[in-house]
Amino acid sequence: MSNLLQFSISEALALLEKKEFSTKELVETYINAIEKTKDLNMYLTTCFDQALEQAKISDQNYLNGNQRFLEGIPLGVKDMFCTKGIETTASSKILKKFIPTYESTVTQNLWKEGAINLGKLSCDEFAMGSSNETAAKGEVINPWNFEEKRTPGGSSGGSAAAVAAKAALAATGTDTGGSIRQPAAFCGVVGLKPTYGRCSRWGIVAFASSLDQAGPITRNVSDAALMLQVMSGYDPKDSTSSNKDVPNFYNDLGKSIKGIKIGIPEEYNSDGISSDILNAKDMTINFLKENGAEIIPVKLPLTKYSLPVYYIVAPAEASSNLARYDGVRYGARIDGNSLDEMYENTRNLGFGDEVKRRIMIGTYVLSSGYYDAYYLKAQKVRRLIKNEFNEIFKQVDYLVTPTTPTTAFKLGSTQDLLTMYLNDVFTVPASLAGIPGISLPIKLDKNKLPVGIQILGKDFDEQGLLNVAKVIESCASFKDTPNGAAS
Amino acid sequence: MSNNSKIDLDTLKKLGKLSRIPIDETGSNELMEDLNKIIGFIEQLNEVDTESVNPLSSVTGHNLPIREDVVDDGNKNNDVLENAPEKKSGYFVVPKVIE
Amino acid sequence: MTNADQNSNYISGKTGDWEIVIGLEIHAQVLSSSKLFSGASTEFGKDPNHNVSLVDAAMPGMLPVINQTCIKQAIKSGIALNAEINKYSVFDRKNYFYADLPQGYQISQYKYPIVGEGSLKITDANGEDKVIGIERIHLEQDAGKSLHDQHPSKSFIDLNRTGVALMEIVSKPDLRSPEEAASYVKKIRTVLRYIETCDGNMEQGSLRADCNVSVRKPNGDLGTRCEIKNLNSIKFISQAIQYEAERQVEILENGGVIDQETRLFDTSTGETRSMRSKEDAHDYRYFPDPDLLPLELSDSQISEIRSDMPELPDQLVERLISEYGITKYDANVIAEEKEYVHYYENSAKNRDGKLVVNWMTSELFGLLKKNNVQFNQNPISPNYLNELVELIENKTISGKIAKDVFEIMFATSKSPKMIVKEKGLEQVTDDSAIEVFVDQVINENKDKVKEYLSGKDKLFGFFVGQVMKVSQGKANPGLVNKILKSKLK
Repeated sequence: MSNLLQFSISEALALLEKKEFSTKELVETYINAIEKTKDLNMYLTTCFDQALEQAKISDQNYLNGNQRFLEGIPLGVKDMFCTKGIETTASSKILKKFIPTYESTVTQNLWKEGAINLGKLSCDEFAMGSSNETAAKGEVINPWNFEEKRTPGGSSGGSAAAVAAKAALAATGTDTGGSIRQPAAFCGVVGLKPTYGRCSRWGIVAFASSLDQAGPITRNVSDAALMLQVMSGYDPKDSTSSNKDVPNFYNDLGKSIKGIKIGIPEEYNSDGISSDILNAKDMTINFLKENGAEIIPVKLPLTKYSLPVYYIVAPAEASSNLARYDGVRYGARIDGNSLDEMYENTRNLGFGDEVKRRIMIGTYVLSSGYYDAYYLKAQKVRRLIKNEFNEIFKQVDYLVTPTTPTTAFKLGSTQDLLTMYLNDVFTVPASLAGIPGISLPIKLDKNKLPVGIQILGKDFDEQGLLNVAKVIESCASFKDTPNGAAS
Repeated sequence: MSNNSKIDLDTLKKLGKLSRIPIDETGSNELMEDLNKIIGFIEQLNEVDTESVNPLSSVTGHNLPIREDVVDDGNKNNDVLENAPEKKSGYFVVPKVIE
Repeated sequence: MTNADQNSNYISGKTGDWEIVIGLEIHAQVLSSSKLFSGASTEFGKDPNHNVSLVDAAMPGMLPVINQTCIKQAIKSGIALNAEINKYSVFDRKNYFYADLPQGYQISQYKYPIVGEGSLKITDANGEDKVIGIERIHLEQDAGKSLHDQHPSKSFIDLNRTGVALMEIVSKPDLRSPEEAASYVKKIRTVLRYIETCDGNMEQGSLRADCNVSVRKPNGDLGTRCEIKNLNSIKFISQAIQYEAERQVEILENGGVIDQETRLFDTSTGETRSMRSKEDAHDYRYFPDPDLLPLELSDSQISEIRSDMPELPDQLVERLISEYGITKYDANVIAEEKEYVHYYENSAKNRDGKLVVNWMTSELFGLLKKNNVQFNQNPISPNYLNELVELIENKTISGKIAKDVFEIMFATSKSPKMIVKEKGLEQVTDDSAIEVFVDQVINENKDKVKEYLSGKDKLFGFFVGQVMKVSQGKANPGLVNKILKSKLK
């Protein structure tokens, strides 16, 4: 039997239907792959027994011709999604042994369509980070040049690595400031952050409520469309959930991009950005031109203020969202002689340093005397940034930018806080504005590390984004695989 | 906007109190340094003129969804208490609070 | 209000008079089936943690969705308090840590509350009206309950109440005495019960008040205020305010300074004391809740609610006065509860309103209180009270006999007409019959008659009493007087 790991979601669905192989075989193959790649430290919890049980159901469905949209597709789930009966920790010690009695809406949507949960994937603690180095159970190693011990990116480092290493056919991630797109770029896979409100946040551990969005990390653009279609949808339990219709993203892929206008914002540049990344951008521009798109240089002067806005708004919301982790109702508890002592002991030992830093900053910018100067100011600048995107989308249909200023750096190499934050410089603006963004791999750089390109679109135009990405993908023909992959 | 706002040990301790994260004297210098770096970084927002700009309340553009007043939740004591580190007779248990 | 009245509210100290300045923050639980942001029930008295959803328990990933009835109730309350309804309001997070606050923040409203300025008229014991300003009303989540006395070193937390909708009604600092404060709370309670936005049950905690108290020299600058938290009875509210005002006066008279602080009222000692856990920096770091959006109301939504409003207490008082001819004082007593109004209006049909109101407020309320019976368990139907007053009006029985009949009605729930008949209590109004009684009394008390005729006028009462005795109380007192007077010459 040919290597089952090679098939994308759409391919696997077709072959499963044809009964070329069974779901059981597919799941077993992935279980082996996970075993094989365990040194990459991607999975926090696995649920193989449950997966094999689900596989039986999927096979039965294929037999009866009742197969659902994603029947039998083995996925990894970022540990920010609450999964019923399966430990969910947000990669933090403070949620050790927390077993939700409920399933997040997004993952429930996936299971309802027959997808199968292989296990929970590591991420930066509470999704705060760009390198997966803050995970309580330790760093995840990028399968690309794995012996060099590079970061897979973050916060959805485990998810991106698993997809790249073929330890999951696809994975869910969350993106708050770039946490799907940046690791996708570092791992040479496709990562999509939908429009804010497209996917429900119910049951996803909240980091920054006005920014968090669930999204798919996949091997190719078609798979992303399939996943997004299932993950999306209005949820009455989430007041920020949009009730816009969910298009048939997969079916409507492949539209011509002739005549569409692509903006190239000049600000998406940084000192010392590698020539490989700039080259990837140029290659992309050429692909688009060749396919009839019009390329227009544009200016987004407020771009540089996105990071400071982000580092006010996100920590502020996080400082409040993480107040519930107090050892009273779930998770770890470290006792004390008084209630406050218990809170302090629990949170001191339960939270890692980056989380603590962000809680402190968040508390500071909301505190009396500083609220106007920081939080309120940031929300005003945020509105200007959103307006700026709205204006630009009157002139162009999409924007193309590099996803990251560098390729995957070595673990432990970033000592400076601000340098780490700068990893998100190209991804944060879209998060603040709520617009959708996708990253896909274009080529390898001189160190044989993947380079990703980002496409941004208008609110709720994920379809358009996927179309453009599909065109670029076929032109780029990125076929490389990491040496740390299962096969 | 306040220029040169810096977080000193006193402020740090207050923040620690507000967030119930104790400030360890030994690590506090590094923490203060890190926080002040971030403060310095975010100060650049001063450069943006936001006179008469309304703060962004939401990117969604829709109205606050409302729900009908029906009882369709609760009645799941077991689920609620399932993960409690300490519980007794249906209550959550914590160290005593003296007011 | 006259200066004299103002002065009577002052506390007099060594250095002169002190004026008390009071502002109240009333927390009223909204009448709704489910909670403000969760679908769990608001029903009182269930097992611990029964009426708790995962949202209330603040599990990871949980999100709030607002209850439309709670919005409506707040608007209704605002309208009833003559207040501005704000078409744009925002829900903010108020961040602090406490065991009964699972989220680590309370969803409340800070800068943009749903209801703005309003007013409420209160009437004092002398029938004088005063208008108390209302600053604002906002919606917020209630917290859970902690039991601190079940164990020496542990507290027990029940989240049933967590997330129940509260309306916080903030008064302007217009109150000047514990009595005014009590009146104000009573009136708020009455209004909210009328419009059914809160059941006002203070024992169960559905209405409670925080009091801000300060003192100053009359016409002087406002003094430093202290907040007394969580008073859950009208009696405690006035007691606490009285104690606190006196405490502050004593400190100031001795040259001290008032520390601005939060205090608790000890119901057993009648004193206020400082809270031991000093939250010295009450920095709640309010910011708009990013899980919600601003609430925007339309004019038509508001006017629809406005047109649906029931009769309010003040309107009702006016109507009772004009329709039934009763005093403002009595009208206020009746208007206190909707059920009193229904009862009164039914029992006063075609009757002398003043007479009925006296029977209701003195006799009926008296018996209810004496026998510890709640008004909704009242054994005397309004029809029967109506009947009783009719019997008095048409002189079938005297007022005195009526009281006896009333007591029997209370004990048996029987109709007064039947009781009078069964016991043969009809009043005697026949002149000649009464003359017989009077003659009998005069004959049996010849010496007393002599004394009366020689000047002992006070003995008249004795004769009246004797006639009543001999007639078994049935002789019409007016006629007895007339006939005695004519015969005792």
